[in-house]
Amino acid sequence: MKVLIMGCGRVGAHLASLLETAGHEVTVLDVDPSGFGKLPLTFRGNALLGDGTDGDSLRRAGIEEMDAFIALTECDNINIMAAQIAKSVFNVRKAVCRVYDPTREELYRELGLDTFCPTALMAESVMKRL
Amino acid sequence: MYIVIVGAGNVGYHLAKAVLSKGHEVLLIDTDAAILGRIEDELGSIGLEGDACEANTLEEAGTARADLFVAVTEQDADNLVACQIAKHRFKVPRTVARITDLKNEPLFKKLGVDVTVSSTILILQYIESQTSKPQFLTRLAVLKGSDREIVDVRIPPTSAVVGKKIRDISLPQNSLIILLIRRDERIQLPTSTTALEAGDRVVVVGDRSSEAGLHQALAGS
Repeated sequence: MKVLIMGCGRVGAHLASLLETAGHEVTVLDVDPSGFGKLPLTFRGNALLGDGTDGDSLRRAGIEEMDAFIALTECDNINIMAAQIAKSVFNVRKAVCRVYDPTREELYRELGLDTFCPTALMAESVMKRL
Repeated sequence: MYIVIVGAGNVGYHLAKAVLSKGHEVLLIDTDAAILGRIEDELGSIGLEGDACEANTLEEAGTARADLFVAVTEQDADNLVACQIAKHRFKVPRTVARITDLKNEPLFKKLGVDVTVSSTILILQYIESQTSKPQFLTRLAVLKGSDREIVDVRIPPTSAVVGKKIRDISLPQNSLIILLIRRDERIQLPTSTTALEAGDRVVVVGDRSSEAGLHQALAGS
């Protein structure tokens, strides 16, 4: 599977590594190259500078050939906008999007985006330990 | 009207001031309490501190009874999300987003924002109007809630329709000539037997997608 990850922070870099180990073809996209240092030395995929809310950047990153797009920047609204572009402009089959704000996450899930909320997941996980 | 404005920068401030002076009820939302404080010193208590992309803030703002929701922060993504939440969660009938990236105009419309405004686009249109030849077609209005528009079309002297009656001209589907402005600025209601002359301007209602066809039909030689 070809996967494009927007946002090369801890989660993005770790996911890129996991996906590559599992045999997938991974491209990471970030507006700041400093995050690329978090990728493992063995990473063979593309690491590109670019803004995932910009259709031209996405096209350069090969969005048209991607099977999945994953939005993992620190900013909820950037993730939401990029995932909607991937889905409605480029018809990417799977567009996953991180949203920290639980109510915003719920709304966009209702609107048909494939969202997940680390805040809610973490709270649940802590609850289970008590 | 009750108007909620998001973003208390220059655009938000001047917009709030202008719509207040026209007698509308205004609420200005921003995350920066200091900026809101300064604006409230001048305009009265119209500010709400908070993130307009959070449902709680919009709840507190009484967004559900807003007639118009306008997001004019400097970030296109923030304006998009605020408008989408206002529209889908609070059922605001009209949403307006400021955009800075030209490409976002068709995108935001596709994603449900009713109107986009952009100083980039306005300035670009001005530059084009100053540098290009007199335009064949001028867009006068886009009809609310449809893909129809009203355009003003100038008939060039080389056009094949010069001297022809309107009934003999084949326009694109759904296009209709509604007004005729003669070269001497006389205005006429056209009938099927009215003949077009070089230099006439016709006002046409039609599909936005038919502009090229319209050009072919009325300017083609």
